[in-house]
Amino acid sequence: MKTVNQKAWFLVLPVLVLVAFNALIPLMTVVNYSVQETFGNNLFFWHGVGWFEDILHSDRFHAALGRQLAFTATILIIEVPLGVAIALTMPRSGPWVSVCLVLMALPLLIPWNVVGSMWNIFTLPDIGLLGYTLNSMGIEYNMTQSPTAAWVTLIMMDVWHWTSLVVLLAYAGLISIPDAYYQAAKIDGASKWSVFRHIQLPKMKKVLTIAILLRFMDSFMIYTEPFVLTGGGPGNSTTLLSIDLVKVALGQFDLGPAAAMSLIYFVITLLVSWVFYTAMTKDDKS
Amino acid sequence: MAKITLKNIRHSYLPNPQSEDDYALKEVDLSWDDGGAYALLGPSGCGKTTLLNIISGLLIPSEGELLFDDRNVTRMEPDERNIAQVFQFPVVYDTMSVEDNLAFPLRNRGVSESVVKQRVSEIAAMLELDDVMQQKAAGLSPDNKQKISLGRGLVRDDVNVVMFDEPLTVIDPHLKWKLRSKLKELHQKVQRTMIYVTHDQTEALTFADRVVVMQFGQILQVGTPQELFECPAHTFVGHFIGSPGMNIVPCRVQGGEVLLDGFKVAVANSPKAATSSNTEIGVRPEFVRLADQGLQVDVVNVMDIGRNKVVETRLGQHKISVLVPEGKAVPQGTVYLEFDSDNTRLYDNGWLVE
Repeated sequence: MKTVNQKAWFLVLPVLVLVAFNALIPLMTVVNYSVQETFGNNLFFWHGVGWFEDILHSDRFHAALGRQLAFTATILIIEVPLGVAIALTMPRSGPWVSVCLVLMALPLLIPWNVVGSMWNIFTLPDIGLLGYTLNSMGIEYNMTQSPTAAWVTLIMMDVWHWTSLVVLLAYAGLISIPDAYYQAAKIDGASKWSVFRHIQLPKMKKVLTIAILLRFMDSFMIYTEPFVLTGGGPGNSTTLLSIDLVKVALGQFDLGPAAAMSLIYFVITLLVSWVFYTAMTKDDKS
Repeated sequence: MAKITLKNIRHSYLPNPQSEDDYALKEVDLSWDDGGAYALLGPSGCGKTTLLNIISGLLIPSEGELLFDDRNVTRMEPDERNIAQVFQFPVVYDTMSVEDNLAFPLRNRGVSESVVKQRVSEIAAMLELDDVMQQKAAGLSPDNKQKISLGRGLVRDDVNVVMFDEPLTVIDPHLKWKLRSKLKELHQKVQRTMIYVTHDQTEALTFADRVVVMQFGQILQVGTPQELFECPAHTFVGHFIGSPGMNIVPCRVQGGEVLLDGFKVAVANSPKAATSSNTEIGVRPEFVRLADQGLQVDVVNVMDIGRNKVVETRLGQHKISVLVPEGKAVPQGTVYLEFDSDNTRLYDNGWLVE
């Protein structure tokens, strides 16, 4: 018979403590706030699911969620195909490989608030290179006045900052394909499109799943860059979920609604990621 | 469906080869008849895959010409040559079903769907893939994946040559034997030229009618399995083929006589033609006998290999193996050896003295 040694629990204790302090306890604090009404002097009153109902019925939340979904969908639609396309044109071997990799990694190494400032300055109508050029060409371009300009800038910035991640992951998937596959395809008379469709894309599927998940989660929770770039404006036109959340939590110091909103936000992110991942890996298991 | 001729083919992976050593493939002159089963045999890095890739068109040789019948195909793309290749690691199109995998080369060439159907089912029956036709190719075992690779070559009825690049590397030992006899059977059925690259002598000798033995980018001998066994043209061939390999012992040639440690040995070829001082005697363990008198050696080891015993003896610092039938007593200590003179040959600088 196999003896069960309960001492093993002591060995995982440090990890449990660590996870408890950096994840479970803060999360439970948020859960705690979300069902209470807060007043000064640390006065708390039970509020039940009231905050959740309020938020789910609030137009302000719907609008922010709508903007968030539009933003995430747009950058995914641009970044994933663009990333794959760039990865396909990168050399598979030779001295240029490291040059390409360094160039690609560069945007990823820049701190997020710096990226926001860079694009803010870049698009200023009076001194920014892009802003000045566009305006002097007769195209009216001013982020502080036009929501369209703000959105275009926001999306360009994210594409510039994060497409590299998709490129690097897709490239890693591509170079893991043995030469024999390309040779066999050549012998079988496969066209370039066939090679992409039947060899490269299937072999990239796993890394692309990861890339899309990462980009979904990151873009869905994006805060620093749009905050530095537009501060959510003009008006509320670029107020994404996290910016709205911070306005509620820190601007108005409404801990209850902010906590409830965080939880809804968290559940949406989790749910979408789970559904997507399950759908993408369904084939592998069967 | 073509005779394959390699004319003075040389290949170097360097842009500017300077010396002979820069060539991965040194001067190859060969021709292969239509419908034959050939093997390219040699150790890793001997240039056999390079040669194969030149034939398939994945590599363009630095020098020389490749002809299919009278057509010069040296610079043609692989898909224009009508060849098929089975790689070391199974290549299948993961997302396609087995059926679509087999149909892929035909559909790429715009063959009509009714012909595709007929050819695919024909080949599937031949390869015993009927039962898995609708399954995704990704989930199959390595031996079935290799069959798909082979099937993709065979569906095209205009294929000039089917090439195998160590196709059994990832196959389980008990299936290796099965797949090997399947290949042999297929060759007899389809009568296409097949070239089989391997470093495994058993695979080469059982599959091929004619075997090309290579080393260091050079062809050492072309012959039937029997010729390679009985009359190796180079000491490497003798050593590489056979288990255990041929005994190679340095000797001296003096006045038309071959002397091994002072003992006179009769050889089948003429010692007079030997010109260098680097001479060796080659004799297979099968053709050495324990005798009452002859060359004096010491027994150092006895290995039982089933029906026979290999008796390892030592002459100075050289080893001589003797094959002794089961049941015969094996003496210890000092023994005497006798060589079968018809099967004992003199080698000069590695090459058989003519």
